[in-house]
Amino acid sequence: MTDMTWVVPLPVMLPLLGAGLTLALYGRPRVQRVVSVSVLSLALLASATLLVLADDGPLVVEIGGWAAPVGIDLVADRLSALMLTISGAVTLCVLLYSLAQSQEDDEESAPVSIYHPTYLVLTAGVANAFLSGDLFNLYVGFEILLAASYVLLTLGGTGERIRAGTIYVVVALLSSVLFLVAIAMIYAATGTVNLAQLAIRLPEIDPGTQLVLQVMLLLAFAIKAAIFPLSAWLPDSYPTAPAPVTAVFAGLLTKVGVYAIIRTQTLLFPGGRLDDVLMWAALATMLIGILGAVAQDDIKRLLSFTLVSHIGFMVFGIALSSEAGMTAAIYYVAHHITVQTALFLVVGLVERAGGSTSLERLGGLARFAPLLAVLFFVPAMNLAGIPPLSGFLGKVGLLEAGVASGTALAYVLVAGSVLTSLLTLYALVKAWNKAFWQTPPEDPLPARLPVGMVVPTAALVSLGLALTLAAGPLYAYTSRAAQALAERDPYVNAVLPDGERGPGESADVAETDEGGHG
Amino acid sequence: MIDMSPNLVLVVTIAALFTVGVYLLLERSLSRVLIGVILIGNGANLLFLVAGGAAGRPPLVGVEPEGEMSDPLPQAMVLTAIVITLGMTAFLLAMAYRSWQLHGHDEVQDDVEDRRIVRLAALDERAFVDTDTEGVVESLDEEAALARDETDDGHGTEVEQR
Repeated sequence: MTDMTWVVPLPVMLPLLGAGLTLALYGRPRVQRVVSVSVLSLALLASATLLVLADDGPLVVEIGGWAAPVGIDLVADRLSALMLTISGAVTLCVLLYSLAQSQEDDEESAPVSIYHPTYLVLTAGVANAFLSGDLFNLYVGFEILLAASYVLLTLGGTGERIRAGTIYVVVALLSSVLFLVAIAMIYAATGTVNLAQLAIRLPEIDPGTQLVLQVMLLLAFAIKAAIFPLSAWLPDSYPTAPAPVTAVFAGLLTKVGVYAIIRTQTLLFPGGRLDDVLMWAALATMLIGILGAVAQDDIKRLLSFTLVSHIGFMVFGIALSSEAGMTAAIYYVAHHITVQTALFLVVGLVERAGGSTSLERLGGLARFAPLLAVLFFVPAMNLAGIPPLSGFLGKVGLLEAGVASGTALAYVLVAGSVLTSLLTLYALVKAWNKAFWQTPPEDPLPARLPVGMVVPTAALVSLGLALTLAAGPLYAYTSRAAQALAERDPYVNAVLPDGERGPGESADVAETDEGGHG
Repeated sequence: MIDMSPNLVLVVTIAALFTVGVYLLLERSLSRVLIGVILIGNGANLLFLVAGGAAGRPPLVGVEPEGEMSDPLPQAMVLTAIVITLGMTAFLLAMAYRSWQLHGHDEVQDDVEDRRIVRLAALDERAFVDTDTEGVVESLDEEAALARDETDDGHGTEVEQR
C-alpha cells in the first residue's frame, strides 16, 4: 500500500485554512463564496478518498511526528471515513443552498461576512471529532464545532434567536464540562487519553470505576446527541435558526454525539454493561420524541421532534451490542443525516413559498409548487420508512438485529420502533396534507423558488435515494465497519503497533510514558 | 513512581467550586449562569491537576530525572481547556449583553413548549374549576398572564385564535 496517510488530516485542515482565508476576505463576498465552495469540495474529495483507503484498515497520522500515546493522532477507520464522506456531501449541499438564499434575500439582517468562516470552522470541528484518536482531541473537536454553532445559531442577534441561543449554549456548555470532567477522571484512572491505549488499559482497572467513567462519558454524549431525557433543549433551539443552519445542525451535530457514543462504547467499554439502560433510553427517545412531533402544528418544530425521535433508532442499534445492530445503526446514521437535512432544506423552501411554517397558515402549495411537493414527499416517506427507501432498509436491519438478540426488552423495542415509524408517518402525512393540499386560510402570494436553492435540495433528496440504490455495497461497508469496531484489534494495532507506542519519532517521550502511572 | 494520592486541599477546592458553580447554573440570570460556568470550568481544570498526580519538579524532559518531574500532559490539557473557557466566556458575555439590550434583562427564559403548556392549562381551567381552591389561590389564568413571555408578539397565539 502506498503511503496515503497524508490525506487523513485534509478534511480538518482544508476547512480551517478556508476559514482563515474567508475571514481575511471579509470584504469580498464573491471570493469568499468561491473559496468556501472549493474548500468544501476538496474536503469531500479527500473524505471520499479516505472512504476507499480506510476499507483496507485504519489510517493513522501522528500530528507533528509525536509517538502515539503521548502525541495527538488522527485515525480514519471505516466508520470515521463513512461519517466524513456523508457529512462532507451534506455540508456542501447546505452551503450551496445558503449561498443562493443569501443572494436572494439580499443578506437580510445577518452579518454574512462572518457566515463563511464560521460555517467552515463548524465543518472542521465535525471532521476533527470524527477523526480524533484521543479523547481530549475529541473534546477540542466538539468545542470547535459547538463554538461555531453558537455563532451560527445566534446569527443576526434577534430577540428570538438570543432566547433560543441562551438555552442551547448553556446546555452545550454543561455537557462540555461533563465531558471535560470525565476526561480528567479517565486520565486519573488510566494515565492516558489515547483511545487505543485506553482500550488496552481500561479493562485492567476496577469495574466500579469503569462504570463511573462510562456513565459520565455517556451522559456528556447523550446531551449532545439529544437522547431522552436530555433532549429538551433541541426542539426549542433548532427551529429559530435560519433554514440552512437548522438543516446542517439537524444533520450533523447530534450525529457527532451518536458517533462519539458508538466509538467509546465499542472501543473503550465493549462489555455492554449499560445496554439495558441504553435500550430504555432509546425507547423513551423514540416514543416521547415522536409524540412531541404529533402534537406540533409548526412544521419546523415537528421536524425537530422527529429528529429527537429518530436518534432513538440509532441508540437502539448501539444498545444491541451485536454486529448486526451496529451495522444497522451505522447505516441508519448515514441515512438519517441526508434525509433529515434534506427535509429541513425543503421546509426552508416551504417557508419561502408559503410565507410561514405554521401548518394552520400554510395550504395549497401542491398547486403552486408541484416540484416542492415532490421534494417534500420523497424524504418524508424516506424518514417514515416506506419501502423500498433507505429508511425502510435501516429500520428493517434494526428490527432484524433486535429479533436476533431475542431478549424481551429487545422485542419491546422492536414494537416501539414499529409504533414510532407509524407515528412518524402520521405526523409527516399530516404536515404534507396541511401544507400542500388543504385550502389555504388566506390566498398565498406564490413566490418564485430560486433555482440555486432548489438544486442543492434536490441533490440531497437524490442522495437519500442513492442510499437506497447503493444499499447493497453501503450495507456491506457498514457491516465491515461494525466488524472492525467489534474486533477492536485493527484499530489499536494501527495506532499502537505491538501494543507499545506509535511510529512517531519522539522516542524519549514515549519511553518516559512507559514508566507512567497506571 | 509518582505519588498518586490526591492533594486534599485541591480536592476540597474542587468540590467547593463545583457546588457553587452548580448553584449558580440554576439561576435564571445569564450573568450568574456565566459565573457558574466559569467556576465549574476552573473546578474541572483543577481536577486535571489532581489527575496528573502530586506536584513535582518542572515537567521538562531532560532537565529533571524521570519520576521526579510533574506530568506535562494534564498541564497541556488544562491550558487548552482554559483557552476554550475564555472563548466561551466572551461569547456568553456578549450574549448576556445582547439580551439586556433587547429585553432589558438577561434572564434565561422558559422554552416555548413550557409556555404552551401553561397557556393550554389556562384554557383548560375554564372547564375544570376546582371549587375548593377557588378564590384562595390565584387562578392558572392569572398565573399564565403573569408568566414572562417575550415571544408573544401581541397578535395572540395559535391556541387563542381557535
